[in-house]
Amino acid sequence: MTDEQRRRRRFHEELDLLQERLLEMAGLVEQLIRRATDAVLERDASVAEEVVAADDRVDELEVEMDERVIELLALQQPMASDLRQIVTTNKISNDLERMGDHAVNISKAARRLTETSPLPEIRELSEMAEITQGMVSDALASYVSRSPGTARMVCLTDDKVDDLRRSLFRILVTHMLEDPKRIGGALELLLVSQNLERIADLATNVSEDVVFLVEGRTIKHGAELP
Amino acid sequence: MSRATRPLGTGESEFDRRRRRKGAIFAWMCGMATLVGVVALAILLVDVLLDGLGRLDLAFLTSFASRFPERAGVKAALAGSVWILGLTAAISFPISVAAAIYLEEYASRGWVTKAIQTNIANLAGVPSIVYGILGLALFVRALGLQQSVISGALTLSLLIMPVIIMASQEAIRAVPRTIREAAYGLGATRWQVVSYQVFPMALPGILTGTILALSRAVGETAPLIMVGAVGFLAFTPKGLTDQFTVLPLQIYHWISRPQEEFRDLAAAGIIVLLALLLTMNAVAIVLRNRAQVRR
Amino acid sequence: MTTTYGIDLGGRDPALEALDVSVFYGETHAVQNVSLTIPQNQVVALIGPSGCGKSTLLRCFNRMNDLIGSARVEGRVDFHGQDLYAAGIDPVEVRRRIGMVFQKPNPFPKSIYDNVAFGPRVNGMKDDLDGVVEESLRSAALWDEVSDRLNDSAYTLSGGQQQRLCIARTLAVRPEIVLMDEPASALDPIASQKIEELIYELKKGYTIVIVTHNMQQAARISDYTAFLYMGQLIEYGPTEIIFTNPREERTEAYVTGRFG
Repeated sequence: MTDEQRRRRRFHEELDLLQERLLEMAGLVEQLIRRATDAVLERDASVAEEVVAADDRVDELEVEMDERVIELLALQQPMASDLRQIVTTNKISNDLERMGDHAVNISKAARRLTETSPLPEIRELSEMAEITQGMVSDALASYVSRSPGTARMVCLTDDKVDDLRRSLFRILVTHMLEDPKRIGGALELLLVSQNLERIADLATNVSEDVVFLVEGRTIKHGAELP
Repeated sequence: MSRATRPLGTGESEFDRRRRRKGAIFAWMCGMATLVGVVALAILLVDVLLDGLGRLDLAFLTSFASRFPERAGVKAALAGSVWILGLTAAISFPISVAAAIYLEEYASRGWVTKAIQTNIANLAGVPSIVYGILGLALFVRALGLQQSVISGALTLSLLIMPVIIMASQEAIRAVPRTIREAAYGLGATRWQVVSYQVFPMALPGILTGTILALSRAVGETAPLIMVGAVGFLAFTPKGLTDQFTVLPLQIYHWISRPQEEFRDLAAAGIIVLLALLLTMNAVAIVLRNRAQVRR
Repeated sequence: MTTTYGIDLGGRDPALEALDVSVFYGETHAVQNVSLTIPQNQVVALIGPSGCGKSTLLRCFNRMNDLIGSARVEGRVDFHGQDLYAAGIDPVEVRRRIGMVFQKPNPFPKSIYDNVAFGPRVNGMKDDLDGVVEESLRSAALWDEVSDRLNDSAYTLSGGQQQRLCIARTLAVRPEIVLMDEPASALDPIASQKIEELIYELKKGYTIVIVTHNMQQAARISDYTAFLYMGQLIEYGPTEIIFTNPREERTEAYVTGRFG
């Protein structure tokens, strides 16, 4: 190890540890979302408990990350890209935690769905689920590979998810009007779609953070026009 | 138990004992060396005091030399030494200090300056008799100053100037560069930096060096003989061109007389010379302390 | 090649402009073709690893390098449109108008009053010496602590107070620009912080160029930061950008502590 690499070794080890935790969180959350959405589509009630337990772990990790981040900022005076990395890690961990909460909501809705009469399959729902999962996975991949191009694409995909939610709304209203027995189920599916949309928004947040991390500028809230 | 884990004070190894012994021997040797010097000096002083103290009285200080020991005194020699001392100081001090300031602050650091420095160092080591010969040729004969106080003073000045220059240069060099930088940084000219900051700070060291050099001058005999200090003088100098004698010379002449009484006279003369030197050193210390007041 | 950006002169003339400045110590090319512009009433920090030439460059701005025999300066340093190194320019006058504070506090072995009064005295600014001394000590945030003992030796002050005295001394000759060569590095953290606050206040009346090896300090107090490496100016821009998103890789490596 050269002198240059030896410098701030403790700091870099801490940074690496932080990164590890974030990736652990990311992996968990991706899984959670997938299990929860599968549970909705396959009408599986048993997943809920598992998801809640995993989310507890996610919450734990978020608290740990918050503490580590404060510590690093106070003790190590990070600058430039190190600083951006730490701040971004903090933001992403917050976003992941909320994604986890939304996944829990979805899994609970899945359980409640099994107690209602089933609705006909809705293509838009599975499409929305797939796209959302894709967005989450791409956002996290763009973080790992530090590629702003992928991140930007995720941001652009968000509109599609919004469109799908609106379509889904209309379809579900139609179902409810056609057959009052479906109201229970439709309302749950409405809830699921809202949660999926929120997850997609959070994935967009993560992508914007990745661009900030790599390029040092913010593209939030339309700061960057296509 | 290894040395590293042994508790303190639990005895020492052979190695520790040996090195402690070496230290004690060394300290003892240094002490002995000091003692040698002190003892030798003490013996000298005691001998002189025993021989001369009896002969030391006001009459001794106010009488001129005489063929008769009971009537002889150091008046002429003392006056001559003081005159020589004063003149030499007045001549050598300003010139030497100015030279030192020039060499340290103004001269470029090229080979010419280095050559001058080397030569000054060499001059400091030239035997004093050589200066006497120079003084004879230059001041007494060529400049026509004859055998006078001024010739003696000029000759001695040449002798001690290299010493004063070197001591002054050391003192000037000891002034921290940061002080000079600060002064220059405030927009002071070189002259202002030297006169307001460097010189006042170097003054204690310069004075010490000067007094030491003058102490040496007071004890010089050979060059003054060359330049015409006489052994038997019945008057004190009144002007620059007067003839003179000095204490070391007077002492020497008394020693070379056969009579026993002149030994005592010589001892008394030595006491007067030592007293003069002590006074000079005391003055040096006072001046140095005064110059250091603002530190 | 230097990356310079975002230097806002505010519509005024620059306080100082270095144009292609090089400094040679004998054969060594200590500062290599540096060009930068110092805006008025701002704090510009020069940072970089040891030996990168930042102190040497600083000393070009008030011709202190003249005092080092083996130093040779090439290029221009423009002050009010005049090249400081042109023939006929008196370095003594340059130094009155562009002052300097050094790393180790170096008060003269004189009283506090005489320390501050030295500059005005040697420059013939004899009017209202008492007033000038008081004003300078106030500007240096030292008056309250020493007003009752102006005749005491400067050495009775603590390190931090001595440094503020040196600043007061520099201000007493009314310079336009104050150069500071690591002014706080020999001080304890509290004293160092007082110097930083002082610099923030002084900015209103003076232009300040500060060399520091303490990056956090440079980040805290400067408006613009110049990064030097091995005698070359690598990057020069607004401080907030240099420390959050520098454009040059070497700058990034230095501010994140990967070398230096």
